[in-house]
Formats: sequence, structure tokens, C-alpha cells
Amino acid sequence: MKKNQFIEKLIHGIFLLLGLITVGCVLLITVYLVISGIPAIKEIGFVDFLFGKEWASTASEPKYGILPFILTSIYGTAGAIIIGVPVGFMTAVYLSKMASPKVKSVMQAAVSLLAGIPSVVYGLVGMLVLVPGIRKVFNVPDGASLLAAIIVLAIMILPSIIKMSITALDAVPKEYEDASLALGATPIETYFKVSVPAAKSGIAAAVVLGVGRAIGEAMAVMMVAGNVPNMPDSLFQSVRFLTTAVSSEMSYSSGLQRQALFSIALVLFLFIMLINVTLNFFLKREKE
Amino acid sequence: MSNIITVKDMNLWYGDHQALHNINIEIPEKSITAFIGPSGCGKSTFLKTLNRMNDLIPSVKITGDIRYNDADIFGKDVDVNSLRKEIGMVFQKPNPFPMSIYDNVAYGPRTHGITNKAQLDEIVERALRDAAIWDEVKDRLKKNALGMSGGQQQRLCIARALAVQPKILLMDEPTSALDPISTSRIEELVMELKNKYTIVMVTHNMQQALRVSDNTAFFLLGELVEFGKTDDIFSQPKDKRTEDYITGRFG
Repeated sequence: MKKNQFIEKLIHGIFLLLGLITVGCVLLITVYLVISGIPAIKEIGFVDFLFGKEWASTASEPKYGILPFILTSIYGTAGAIIIGVPVGFMTAVYLSKMASPKVKSVMQAAVSLLAGIPSVVYGLVGMLVLVPGIRKVFNVPDGASLLAAIIVLAIMILPSIIKMSITALDAVPKEYEDASLALGATPIETYFKVSVPAAKSGIAAAVVLGVGRAIGEAMAVMMVAGNVPNMPDSLFQSVRFLTTAVSSEMSYSSGLQRQALFSIALVLFLFIMLINVTLNFFLKREKE
Repeated sequence: MSNIITVKDMNLWYGDHQALHNINIEIPEKSITAFIGPSGCGKSTFLKTLNRMNDLIPSVKITGDIRYNDADIFGKDVDVNSLRKEIGMVFQKPNPFPMSIYDNVAYGPRTHGITNKAQLDEIVERALRDAAIWDEVKDRLKKNALGMSGGQQQRLCIARALAVQPKILLMDEPTSALDPISTSRIEELVMELKNKYTIVMVTHNMQQALRVSDNTAFFLLGELVEFGKTDDIFSQPKDKRTEDYITGRFG
């Protein structure tokens, strides 16, 4: 009896420890980012750092303004959402409500595959197909641009949006749909007036998840956006995102420049925290 | 009294399994017709055929002739959505939409193109009054319908069905999920409604059929065994199987 109790407690302890590893990692990263991100912001000045329009980290008189990166990340994500959400949402409605079982299984397999493609491959295809395509179609000197990044991101967020929306739509009780059909509503009316509103929290969560995915993406956008720290004044501007601002200079940075990169990471981290809080809010509301 | 629904030689299959055999029945207008029988006898399946809700199940095959007001409900030029507007349905489990009480009742009329606020208000009030729930909900029309009790939800569902002004109301065991008090309220309501509507009701509860219906059909193993005046079915059934069932020897 005593021995059993001991084993129970031991196992409980082991599981607790394993769980704490995750929590520990989050805490470690947070503390590390805050500690290493604050000094540069102090030295450069909060306003100059966040709202400075020029980033010239290697100039003889270096400038550390990250507004171009912040705006690029916001515009890029917003653009990806504007394109990706309607496509993903309609796909989810189709797959969840209209598609035959056969079509559904084939298309869902394709969506899962899309989710599994490494981001460097998205970047590669974007570089080889999309960038030259944009140069030709819009007749601009360089296709590596904000637009290219938006399109790549829009495709990358599709799987998350589709999968989560499908889960939410599949969970709508069939009784709701039956009631609507029995009132003489057509299937399409039923899906959009009953099923979608009933799944709206889940769909909102899907959108937020897409935002998180888009804002955190580095590799693919680095390859197609041109990676030049310009203000994103036009869709055809070569731009640099928050993520790529960190990764592209990290290997050769030093001193204040390196510290500033940590500060950028901190800003990105805060953005993602904000998105997570929003996501949790929607998921909680879904449960209620 | 004329017959609003006439069914001739109707058979129904789920895949290879024949669920209904040679059904023939004539349902009179502005009366209450009850379908009774043990579980799995096909009475709910038959009910759902009348507003073509069985169309939604891919493996279903139906033969025979079903006429609503002398028109074939499976006819090529029949719009199934208009048919369902005429032949409304109340389900076993109360299933209000997760919206406000008002929006639930207004859903049907809105779907059929009514947007005028005053007109909608009027329809909603009339439907809720007809379903005998107006006094309970008139001060909280904007509240979510899911916050109501089960019995109230079911009466709301009846109001929602009435709001599209059907001619027939199909009810699939409408009280089986409700407590006795709610049940008796719905029964009273149903008897009130037959002045304006034709009601076809599936019930597990023989006492309920006896209390409320004018005509009763007894189903067994996919066959319509006997159909006639409720009083006759319960006092002098012609078929031995009907007698066995209503006297409680099986089922």
C-alpha cells in the first residue's frame, strides 16, 4: 500500500516536472528578451526607436528606427489576411457543408500537405515564380516586394484558417441546420445565416491564428520581400519585416546594433503575445 | 373535410434496407393525426418524408405517390424550399437557433424576403401569441433563446414554425424531451392550433395520442397496420396487432 502511494506520487512528480519544462522555457525566453531588449531602447530612446523612420545600423552615424519594420509587418499581415481569410473561409464552408465525402477527403489531404510544406520552400517557389511574375505583370524593376510577401503569406496562412474553421463549422449541431431547412431556407441560406453565425467564435479564432502565423513568419518573407529597410510606401517597394530585421543582421552584428536587434525581437514578441491573448479570448467565448 | 395529404403505395429504402412498406394514408385538413408505434417502426421516417427532410440523407430511395393539395411533392417543378415553407416541422429535441428570441421567430419570414421592421414585429408577435408563449417572453425578446427552459424552447420552436404561415405542422415527438407540465401545455396548444393548421404528430405516448388526436395511424415494422378515428382505434381496433400494442402487450 505504502509502496503504491509512493509510486503514485513519484509519477505525479515526474509529470509535473515535464509540464514545468514548457512553462520554464516560456518564462526564460520572456525574461531573457525583456532584459536584453530594454537597454537598447533606453539608449536609442523609446520614441526614436519605435517611430524612427530610418534604419541604418552600419552607417558611420547609425540610425535605429524600426517604424519601417513595424509597418511592413502590419501591412504584410493585414494584406495576407485580406486575401487569405475570404479564400480560407469559403473553402472551409465548402468542405464542411457542401463537398461530397470523396472531395472532402482529397481536399483536406491537400490542405494538410500545404500546412506541412517548410517555409523555405514557399520562399523558394515565391522567389522563382512569384517575384519574376510580379516584375512582368506590373512592369516594375524588381518583383521582390511587399506584394510578393503578402501573396506568399496569404497562401501560408490558408491551412490554419481552413482547418480551424472546418472544426468550428463541423461542430455546429445538425439540429440547427435541420430547423432552418425545415423552415424553407435553402442550404446556402442555412450555411450563411445559421451555421456560420453559430461557428463565429471559432472562425474568429482561426483568423487570429492566421495573423499569428503571418506576423511570425521569417524565412519565406526574407526570400521574396527584397529585405531592404524601406518604409512600405507602395506594394512594389522592397521591404523588411520585424522577423527578418532580426535574422538578417544577427550574424554580423555587435554592440548597440546587436542590442537593438534584441529590442526588435522584444517588440515582435509583444505583438505575438497580444495575438495570443486575443485568440484565448475568442476560444474562451466559444466554450461559453 | 377534405384531405390535404394523400399517400399511395409508398415505399422507402435506406440503402438496401426497406424501412417503409406500401404506405397508403389520407390525412384530413385541420385535424390532428397521430402516428403511434414502437421505436424503429418507421413513423418518424414517414413523417420526415412528408416535407422531404429525408432528401438530405443520401442513401434514401422513395417510390410511390405523395400528394399535397393534389400536387405530387416529388414533381419536377416542385421547389422543395417552398414545400417546406408550407409544411412546417417541429423536432423532437427543442432546437432554437443560438440567437435572440425575436430573431428565432423572424428567421423564417426574413429568409422568405420580409425586411419591413413593422411587418416583422407583427408576424413575430402573432406567431408567439399563437404558440401561447407571448406573455412569457414579450419583455425579453432580445434575450438569447438558449436561456429559456426546455418547454419554452419547444413552444418557441412552434412559434418559429408558425411564423412562415405553414398549412401543415409536422411534429416529431414534440414532448418526449419535456416534463409533464410542459407536455400538457404543448398538448393544449396543439389542440388550439388545429383550428388553423393541419397537424401530424408522431408520439411514443399512447395516452397523448388518445388525448389530442382526431385520427390515429398505427405503424409496425415499416407497415401502416391500421388507420382510423382515434376513438375507434383505441376502443375497437380491427387488427390484432393494434390491439396487442394499445393494450400494452408489446412495444
